[in-house]
Amino acid sequence: MSAEAETIPGQLPGGDRLKEIGGTAARVLVPVVLALIMGGIILMILGKDPLAYYAYVARRGLLTWGGLQETFTRMAPLLLIAAGLIVAFRAGIWNLGGDGQFLLGAVITSAAAPVLLRALPDLLVLPICMILGIVTGAIWSVVPALLKARYGINEIITSMMMSFLGTSFANVLIKLVFWDPSTTVPQTRTLPVDDRLPRIIGTTVHSGIIVAIIVVILVHLMMTRTSFGLKLQVVGANPAAAVHAGLNVAGLTIATFAISAGLIGLSGAVDILGVFGTVRADWNPQYSFLVVPLVFLARFNGYGVIGFTFFFSALMIGGDSAARRVGVPQFFVLVLVALLLIFLAVVEYLDHRRRKKAH
Amino acid sequence: MEGLLTQPFLTSLLFGAVTAGVPLLLAGLGEQISEKAGVLNIGIEGMMLFGAYCGFAVALYSGSFTLGFIGGGLGGMVVAAIVMLLCIRFGINQIVIGIGVTIGFEGLTALLHFFEFAQDNPSLPAAPVFALPIVSDIPVIGPGLFAHNALVYLAVILVGVLTWMFRSTYVGLNLEAAGNKPAALDAAGVSVLKTRALAVLSTGFLAGLGGAYMAEVGAGSFGPFMTGGAGFIGIVLAMLARGKPIWVLLGAALFGASLSMTTALQVAGVNVPTDVVQMLPFAMVMLVLVIFARHSVLPPALATPYVRGDRG
Repeated sequence: MSAEAETIPGQLPGGDRLKEIGGTAARVLVPVVLALIMGGIILMILGKDPLAYYAYVARRGLLTWGGLQETFTRMAPLLLIAAGLIVAFRAGIWNLGGDGQFLLGAVITSAAAPVLLRALPDLLVLPICMILGIVTGAIWSVVPALLKARYGINEIITSMMMSFLGTSFANVLIKLVFWDPSTTVPQTRTLPVDDRLPRIIGTTVHSGIIVAIIVVILVHLMMTRTSFGLKLQVVGANPAAAVHAGLNVAGLTIATFAISAGLIGLSGAVDILGVFGTVRADWNPQYSFLVVPLVFLARFNGYGVIGFTFFFSALMIGGDSAARRVGVPQFFVLVLVALLLIFLAVVEYLDHRRRKKAH
Repeated sequence: MEGLLTQPFLTSLLFGAVTAGVPLLLAGLGEQISEKAGVLNIGIEGMMLFGAYCGFAVALYSGSFTLGFIGGGLGGMVVAAIVMLLCIRFGINQIVIGIGVTIGFEGLTALLHFFEFAQDNPSLPAAPVFALPIVSDIPVIGPGLFAHNALVYLAVILVGVLTWMFRSTYVGLNLEAAGNKPAALDAAGVSVLKTRALAVLSTGFLAGLGGAYMAEVGAGSFGPFMTGGAGFIGIVLAMLARGKPIWVLLGAALFGASLSMTTALQVAGVNVPTDVVQMLPFAMVMLVLVIFARHSVLPPALATPYVRGDRG
């Protein structure tokens, strides 16, 4: 894990800055090209024309106005999850329970919104619901956080178990408590379209994307520019040293978990308030599992993650309709992301080794 | 409710528990080997899926369940070889690569399924059953527990073999050293990287075998994402078992029973959401952790690559 901490780009003296940016660009572009080539070979083996597929995905996800808007809409929940993961991963906390936090945030929001609307105006309901999403996500992280902080119990296993638990619990809530009596399939009451997050003027993109971009940037600044963020990074890089430095590691661990899970809960809230308006039983898009690689690809960098999330959203949107049009199911997008991740890791390794030899 | 307590119902409940538990057992035992050696194998879900796909495809085309199991194990090993190269040889972060291979093989097997099987959804005949003499004649328990595919008994025997191996063989002690104090193992003249590589490949084989069992025996067919998180439950079991194979067996039995209960209640048309039952094992495990919270026993070098002479 220390290898990750080393590779987070630091502040370099002016002259090296440009070289560093060039190097970073090459380290990102080379794996992208390799992944696309390798993916193309797989498509050819399956008897599909890779160029036609890539061209279609690019056109559908990026180059048409409608597709671009869908891409931006999809980015909102992914970015918020990414923000939550960046906080945790930089602090060396492996919060892998995002799916449960996301779903519970979504369910509580969708259950509360119609009730709150009876008494309060939209302008108040939307922020209250977002806060509810944050609180729900954070609550779901309390047990793993305490177990990690007090007893050092590995958070990978506990957060994962809470995620399984949360996924089922979300279904239980929908089926037993929040089931909208007017529907046959179990789902929560639908939020009227007019009461959802306002759309950005002239587009179909809801304003959640603006919230998400602001949150990612704030998180990035918090982690790199504030003493709180730097404390978290110290805990992540070397917990023993953090204790010796007099940091309250237990408290910081709990805070990290709460922020991370809270942001992921917020992501669930925004996806409901912006796009769906309701949660169906057994709905689980598994966004957080998919975002983990993106956060690594961006090396825990907030600005980098915006780029990768945009790229991935476009792939998802393009890949969805390519399934119908080109006959390549959207699963292929998963293969591409995995290839990208693996090639990026290898290129990074080779680069690291080359630099080590140069010294 | 009385209808639930009939003999056929209880028998099918037990039978289902074993069928659901065996893949978890194999995955958990496999993961345990990796964790002992200091490798956190998050990619086990990918290994199970590819094992399930290969196992099903081989069994379908060859007509032999045994060849299918071997194919499944080898399929899991292929995925493990990728993890071995990237994480052990190159020392790249194990969590990144683990999630990477899981996502990649989720996609790849779903893709292969789409092009190969989606049109006519082939399925296998019922798997051969090896009923143990005498004990399988006991009412309820006999047909529930002792009339299964031979792989089930092999998996249970493996628990004993691994217990012995971990405790009393050089291989077992080397594994443990690779996870606890890799530098000491290195100094003793045993290659840490080779020990870990062996561990990861064994994990791949067992996880693939578990996946193949799911496809060939459990479902009789292959479907996208069919392992449904079994690999992750395997990771949980291995971590909770604190290095003891017998605890993996008990954990797998617990999770298998609750999975089987879910299906049984559905069939019986009981009006409790199955999600409640699905929550039970996880809730129980969390509760145990909260009540008996102690420092969990995990190898100190878990998830850190070994670099000779590195003091990190």
